[in-house]
Amino acid sequence: MTQALPPVTPQTRRGLFEHLQIDSRLLGMVGAFAVICLAFQLWTGFRAVGGGNPLAWLTGGRFLIPQNIFNIANQTVSVAIMATGMVFVIVTRHIDLSVGSILAVCSAVMGILQVWVLPQLMGLGIGNPAIAPIAIFAGLLTGTLIGALNGWLVGYQRIPAFIVTLGGLLIWRNVGWYITSGQTQGPLDANFLLFGGAGGTLYPTASWIAGLLATALAVWALFRGRANKARHGFPVKPLWAEGVIAGFVATAILGFVAIVNAYQVPPGRLTREFAARGETMPEGYSIGYGLPISVLVLVVVAFVMTVIARRMRLGRYIFATGGNPDAAELSGINTRLLTVKVFALMGFLCGLSAIVAQARLQNHANDIGTLDELRVIAAAVIGGTALSGGIGTIYGAILGAVIMQALQSGMAMVGVDSPFQNIVVGIVLALAVWIDIQYRKRKGARA
Amino acid sequence: MSAQQNTGSANTGTPLVEMRDISISFGGIKAVDHVSIDLHPGEVVGLLGHNGAGKSTLIKCLSGAYQADAGEIFINGERAEIRNPRDARAHNIETIYQTLALADNLDAASNLFLGRELLNTWGMVDDDAMEAETRKIMGRLNPNFRKFNEPVSALSGGQRQSVAIARAVYFNAKILIMDEPTAALGPHETQMVAELIQELKRQGLGIFLIEHDIHAVMQLCDRAVVMKNGARIGTVNVDEVTDDDILGMIIMGKKPEKAY
Ligand SMILES: Nc1ncnc2c1ncn2[C@@H]1O[C@H](COP(=O)(O)OP(=O)(O)OP(=O)(O)O)[C@@H](O)[C@H]1O
Ligand SMILES: [Mg+2]
Repeated sequence: MTQALPPVTPQTRRGLFEHLQIDSRLLGMVGAFAVICLAFQLWTGFRAVGGGNPLAWLTGGRFLIPQNIFNIANQTVSVAIMATGMVFVIVTRHIDLSVGSILAVCSAVMGILQVWVLPQLMGLGIGNPAIAPIAIFAGLLTGTLIGALNGWLVGYQRIPAFIVTLGGLLIWRNVGWYITSGQTQGPLDANFLLFGGAGGTLYPTASWIAGLLATALAVWALFRGRANKARHGFPVKPLWAEGVIAGFVATAILGFVAIVNAYQVPPGRLTREFAARGETMPEGYSIGYGLPISVLVLVVVAFVMTVIARRMRLGRYIFATGGNPDAAELSGINTRLLTVKVFALMGFLCGLSAIVAQARLQNHANDIGTLDELRVIAAAVIGGTALSGGIGTIYGAILGAVIMQALQSGMAMVGVDSPFQNIVVGIVLALAVWIDIQYRKRKGARA
Repeated sequence: MSAQQNTGSANTGTPLVEMRDISISFGGIKAVDHVSIDLHPGEVVGLLGHNGAGKSTLIKCLSGAYQADAGEIFINGERAEIRNPRDARAHNIETIYQTLALADNLDAASNLFLGRELLNTWGMVDDDAMEAETRKIMGRLNPNFRKFNEPVSALSGGQRQSVAIARAVYFNAKILIMDEPTAALGPHETQMVAELIQELKRQGLGIFLIEHDIHAVMQLCDRAVVMKNGARIGTVNVDEVTDDDILGMIIMGKKPEKAY
């Protein structure tokens, strides 16, 4: 077969990054993130150490310490999960302004199920192991159905997504308010609280195992992709380049595990946990938190959404429809049904985010997820999703969410006034889009 | 062959396609007005007419992009309901649209296989296999084509055209609709398309060719249908008429004796 193929472009001298074939947008975002982290590290270090030399600021900073990294990771999860869904929505040239409100109504449903309906009305009793699964199922179902309704209105009834979801923004939070009579729902089921970040972690040993498994999977995927290309006689990266990338991935995953393992559970909480099990805590006992379950949920979402985007027909159709809706339709793609699927997926992810957000806050309050629609859209856009449709990546949206959360945490830490925090985030959003447009112009692709 | 009335040259069997009395209007405009055309295996039928005559609209009823307001379509003598492009594909009808209908943000292979992706054993889209197939067919249709890993927005008009043609040819169409396939092409590429049409004709495909260039029509087509203002002026066997006869039909709506 090989001889039938047109000859491959001859090897010329190429730069390191060309050899690695890493998306330069990804590099740019990672670079921006690194700059933000460093800046806040130096800033907080300067505050702590005062005057003196920058090296002392770097080591004395409070931004890049395990506790803060752990917290930023946890605070990012809810927005990041929804941002992955927003990528698909925006790629298909739509928008979803209702995600914060859908999150709130899902949270209301799950809250009232845990606090009143299941334990009292249905008589399961507080602490019944069935409560969390039922509540979670109901929350996810609620989100999916609302999303599907949005998608049906947009796809089949041809109402612009902006209008449908603007209506949804007003409707769903208040439906949630109605369900709960506006009352805060708590305390939540103990198992449910495991999704709330520090409330449920793997601890060090299991975290290392999870990290190693993830690394193995990533490396396997890299080399399987390479083998596939080689099998068809396509050019592949030099082996060393593949090795460098695998090294980066492994360092990132295992480095993160090491950091969250280094964040120690406070002794007070450990004592209480031992007491709850009827044991006494051994003298000098300490343990790290390890990977939060909520972060694992995000990792799984990121993986599945990436597979959908790049390896499944659904994703291919989503991008094709965003690139040229008429062409997609003429190619036999049912773009209306596709719209329903995209919005239903978005709704499902809102339900998932509601679980994480509610568990982290340890109750359902009616203002949960307020303004999340803006954070989610901003995360997707900072991550390189083009509002004109057809372009966007899952990892970009997650990075966008992390960057925004790092900015906000950092500014709060160094004491930037909250109005000014919003001004900065707004500027960053506009700047990110501007850079993206310049970047695409230079690459000659149509924006 | 002139003895045969009302059918094409040497075609007496069941037509591959028969569109009967098709009408479709947009708002008040009758874009297609009671038009009937047919197509036989191994035949190339040219569709001619001035801009806005209704050529594209007529064939879009066959490709499933539009649904006719009135009229019937028969494929191999059987009544066919073509409600959408999927139905058309199920009848082995492939179309190269005037607007090309490519997703600009996807690469050539993704466009070629759009809606009919090759899957691996896990049900996942197999990009490498699709690229390999794309390289094979492009090696045949446009050996100079190199940009396999770039979005088609980065391609020239002619390169985009070759992707659209490859898509129509790859899936073993029995009925091929080409709406101005050479509009964006240089002389060399135009010649290649002409040879391709003749090759496909030899393989027994039926081809509707919308084309403004009379010489190309005279060279490639067996019959020519002329439309004006949505109506069919007449159909001629190409080797029974001159360029001027056809031009007269297009411009003045004048029907020559040999037309039917
Ligand atoms: N989607 C549409 N909505 C409204 N009017 C349309 C639509 N499509 C076509 N028309 C009208 O129908 C008529 C026929 O258009 P059509 O595209 O079939 O012409 P054509 O013969 O293909 O012309 P050309 O040679 O310029 O491609 C025109 O008057 C056009 O304005
Ligand atoms: Mg036309």
